[in-house]
Amino acid sequence: MVASRAIGSLSRFTASRTLRCSGYICRSFTRASALLTRTHINYGVKGDVAVIRINSPNSKVNTLSQELHSEFMEVMNEVWSSSQIRSAVLISTKPGCFIAGADLNMLNACTTSQEVTQISQEAQKMFEKLEKSTKPVVAAINGSCLGGGLELAISCQYRIATKDKKTVLGSPEVLLGILPGAGATQRLPKMVGIPAAFDMMLTGRSIRADRAKKMGLVDQLVEPLGPGVKPPEERTIEYLEEVAITFAKGLADKKITPKRDKGLVEKMTSYALSIPFVRQQIYKKVEEKVQKQTKGLYPAPLKIIDVVKTGIEQGSNAGYLSESQRFGELAMTKESKALMGLYRGQTQCKKNKFGAPQKEVKQLAVLGAGLMGAGIAQVSVDKGLQTILKDTTLPALGRGQQQVFKGLNDKVKKKTLTSFERDAMFSNLIGQLDYRGFEKADMVIEAVFEDLSLKHRVLKETEAVIPDHCVFASNTSALPIGEIATVSKRPEKVIGMHYFSPVDKMQLLEIITTEKTSKDTTASAVDVGLRQGKVIIVVKDGPGFYTTRCLTPMMSEVIRILQEGVGPKKLDSLTTSFGFPVGAATLVDEVGVDVAKHVAENLGKEFGERFAGGSLEMLQQMISKGFLGRKSGKGFYIYQEGVKNKNLNSDMDSILASLKMPSQPDVSSDEDIQYRLVTRFVNEAILCLQEGVLATPTEGDIGAVFGLGFPPCLGGPFHFVDLYGAQKIVDRLRKYEAVYGKQFTPCQLLVDHANNPNKKFYQ
Amino acid sequence: MTSLLTYTFKNLPNTSKWALRFCMRPLSSSSQVQAAAGTTKSKKTLAKPNIRNIVVVDGVRTPFLLSGTSYKDLMPHDLARAALSGLLHRTSVPKDVVDYIIFGTVIQEVKTSNVAREAALGAGFSDKTPAHTVTMACISSNQAMTTAVGLIASGQCDVVVAGGVELMSDIPIRHSRKMRKMMLDLNKAKTLAQRLSVISKFRLNFLSPELPAVSEFSTSETMGHSADRLAAAFAISREEQDEYALRSHSLAKRAQDEGLLSDVVPFKVPGRDTVTQDNGIRPSSLDQMAKLKPAFIKPYGTVTAANSSFLTDGASAVLIMAEEKALAMGYKPKAYLRDFMYVSQDPKDQLLLGPTYATPKVLEKAGLTMNDIDAFEFHEAFSGQILANLKAMDSDWFAQNYMGRKAKVGLPPLEKFNNWGGSLSLGHPFGATGCRLVMAAANRLRKEGGQYGLVAACAAGGQGHAMIVEAYPK
Repeated sequence: MVASRAIGSLSRFTASRTLRCSGYICRSFTRASALLTRTHINYGVKGDVAVIRINSPNSKVNTLSQELHSEFMEVMNEVWSSSQIRSAVLISTKPGCFIAGADLNMLNACTTSQEVTQISQEAQKMFEKLEKSTKPVVAAINGSCLGGGLELAISCQYRIATKDKKTVLGSPEVLLGILPGAGATQRLPKMVGIPAAFDMMLTGRSIRADRAKKMGLVDQLVEPLGPGVKPPEERTIEYLEEVAITFAKGLADKKITPKRDKGLVEKMTSYALSIPFVRQQIYKKVEEKVQKQTKGLYPAPLKIIDVVKTGIEQGSNAGYLSESQRFGELAMTKESKALMGLYRGQTQCKKNKFGAPQKEVKQLAVLGAGLMGAGIAQVSVDKGLQTILKDTTLPALGRGQQQVFKGLNDKVKKKTLTSFERDAMFSNLIGQLDYRGFEKADMVIEAVFEDLSLKHRVLKETEAVIPDHCVFASNTSALPIGEIATVSKRPEKVIGMHYFSPVDKMQLLEIITTEKTSKDTTASAVDVGLRQGKVIIVVKDGPGFYTTRCLTPMMSEVIRILQEGVGPKKLDSLTTSFGFPVGAATLVDEVGVDVAKHVAENLGKEFGERFAGGSLEMLQQMISKGFLGRKSGKGFYIYQEGVKNKNLNSDMDSILASLKMPSQPDVSSDEDIQYRLVTRFVNEAILCLQEGVLATPTEGDIGAVFGLGFPPCLGGPFHFVDLYGAQKIVDRLRKYEAVYGKQFTPCQLLVDHANNPNKKFYQ
Repeated sequence: MTSLLTYTFKNLPNTSKWALRFCMRPLSSSSQVQAAAGTTKSKKTLAKPNIRNIVVVDGVRTPFLLSGTSYKDLMPHDLARAALSGLLHRTSVPKDVVDYIIFGTVIQEVKTSNVAREAALGAGFSDKTPAHTVTMACISSNQAMTTAVGLIASGQCDVVVAGGVELMSDIPIRHSRKMRKMMLDLNKAKTLAQRLSVISKFRLNFLSPELPAVSEFSTSETMGHSADRLAAAFAISREEQDEYALRSHSLAKRAQDEGLLSDVVPFKVPGRDTVTQDNGIRPSSLDQMAKLKPAFIKPYGTVTAANSSFLTDGASAVLIMAEEKALAMGYKPKAYLRDFMYVSQDPKDQLLLGPTYATPKVLEKAGLTMNDIDAFEFHEAFSGQILANLKAMDSDWFAQNYMGRKAKVGLPPLEKFNNWGGSLSLGHPFGATGCRLVMAAANRLRKEGGQYGLVAACAAGGQGHAMIVEAYPK
């Protein structure tokens, strides 16, 4: 709740996307490359077509490692020198993955930008040779074809892709703070046009096969097959290979040309782009847009534009050189290290550390059809989970059902679902007003109003009807789970599942375990969360758990800063320019002033002066005037349906004036204001690790970035400390402590890190 | 108006795919010619205690014609009427004995949505005989027959006429939903101002027409496309498919030439010549067939116009009675209708595998094995579909992993399989094919001397059907 929908905007750009591209997995190949028996690639010859099959051992995905690279080169040299071979097919025999990208460990092992540039140049050379091959090479793509995999594919003469949901093409490098370093910045603009190439490389978005065909990124599609006399996946790959072979032959015989017919619009676009003036305008537009979105915090997008521009305006030699150099530079940036760290963290938080639950949840029940309850139901039914949605009144239930339907229907409009699939998913939802069917529920998630006595009542009612094995999960942002569980007959089955709003957009799920929660209950909750597509952190119970607890001191500082006379607009711009996706004042409006006050009061009681700062009186006055934030139409800003630019709520002036406090000039520069907010956040996060609320720094970073919108370019509070230095942060805190007092006292763990520069949260 | 017309024309070619979408093919094959011989089969009969025996007295069909040929100006009930009149003539059954009439159809003519009733009235049946229409894609007339079986077995009726009709020469092309909505609103508008306000909402795109769905509703995939994928899944080559299609056409030609297609009754089309035989039977050469381009998965697919069934107009009807009634009326029935089975499975990847699922089940239910069957009549939607079903029936892997069976049911011997041609060559009027399959099985059993026939068919929606037909002792 605290991390409200505002934070959803995080997903608009940056790391949250990164984390979604499931493909990139870093593997380290420790084995020495065996020259004779190839481990990643084997090839056979069918007629006069060489079929080169990639399958890296012991991994779910293929990555472009140095080993694979050199084996591929060997094989290609054999293909080129053999007189018997006239064409080749390049295919992966791994289901669901062509090549998911470059081997990240290979990049991480580099200590200088020169080394990275070197890697890039080697790859460029290999792909250039491939591009100029006189024997046509057909890339047969089934599954993820991302990053380096796409760069390889577009160097081939022809591309055939399966029209499978798993087959996606894309250049997600930007999400890791780098750029495509093996020629894509030069080839993509020629292949799909400058605008589409920018879109791909700057957003990192994954493109489905049918869309790729329309763009000209692939030449043919192959439909995935159903069962025959062997498993569908296996036969589909075989079929793809058969089709690719016929095209390889056709290309060798010159019966097929790799050129495709362009439509009228495309022809006109490419004509327009042949005019230098038009191109300049496009560069300018794109740069402006990137500047606006990244606030200059992410270097990669600007370098991508620069490299593409160099290639087009000064020729490919200059382009390739620029690509490899910028690639080297970017790989050494803090932003890139932060984003890669987040990527690794996300991968870890997509696994169930607690093992498989004894009984898989088949029947779920959600109590409360409000925004959260319906959101939870939506992300469950669309994964095929049978879900009961219960509320107490028909209008409330109807609103919730409509929310689920709308969520699914929006996907139909975006064409990611068919109306038939929507209907089938929606039929997994049963709306009701009573407890019928709860005797078969395997898990109940309550999302009723945040009120302890109500939660107690609901827990008791539910326990009267559910079976013994059923897990009771509470969706709350701040009420301690232990307190909710006090009325339970079976506290080992009670757990917290803190979803973030809007549930279908926010990736994070914070699972809260009490001392009594059993391991199997936790395993079950994590399993359900993973099936709902969530990134999961598991934390210990305590006031505010992890996410709410980190956010609250920062919010307290927000109020203090407002009291000191910094206007909401100014404050918003200071926070967004630091990398937060949503300004701090807007965040209060989005969360809801009443909720913010409720949380601040509760946690304030628990944590005392460490949560001091602003005066809760401000929130109290806002509530009494009905300024509850977005939901009531007024908060710091005025919200109107259909009006995009929000205006300041002038009625706030009197409240702000009445609570005005003198500002402290020593600690009120723009930068100081930003650091007062961030250091309080970071300090509290590290205290959570120190106190054992958090099990690992990784979960702390993932929770902060995905749940609270902590700037992704900083990689989360723990990466931030590692990359920027604990000492600097402690110095800042001490400076503010001197002015404001104990709320800025650095915690012991942070001080330890400052005292010992070798201590890092990530080794 | 012009735009409306051009649009329509642009879209018309699509209708050819249409044919492919509904697959109703009952398979009826039969075998027997060779078995011949007289190995005196002393097989048990499938009569069940306390259940009435149900017989097919006889059955007829109009010649099946390519759409857009001689039947193109008719309406569906005209064709259905021709089949009913033919049946009356063939069996001389007194009209007032018929208790009930059921017809199957797929694409409904909106004016005659209960086409069974309109045809029955027009054919001179008593207006006291109720009639209803059923639809189940390509197994609609199978459904009509089994509905009749149910009515008779439960003692509700003694004499039922079942049939099916499809007229693909004309299909209901509708106004767009927006246009329809505007027209309906216009109807309700009372004043001139109201009418004008409704009309003012008109946009040119309202005029784009809506064709009956070419693709499977649940998956948005056309049937031909699914058939091509199915053939690929079972690794069936283009050559195999063309060869099978050629076999179908050759066998149909021979059956036609030898006068074996005795269920066909001539039809005098008003204003045209009398049609006496099917016109889609065109044995070609493999070379000719190899020249065709793929019709669905372009450019490398394997399903072509030559190895698919074509859009067909036609109607069929059979007279079904309780055995004692037939004997009391002095008839010599052709066959018993025995156990039957409907199945359904994944409409995406197994759309056309109905026969594979239905065959072992119906055999088990009847206590028979593949070896007991003398005549197989399977509906041929596509060569690739037939060959895929044959491979699936012959695969232990498929039986174990997808059908939950211990072992495969086995391959029907090709010499007993669709010996008088099939839907690929004779044609496939969706709603009418089921009765053709049953009559082909019955007639083959009589001609070739076998006892059991197995009819099987796939249908849109991933459904399927199989039925055992037992020859009536001579």
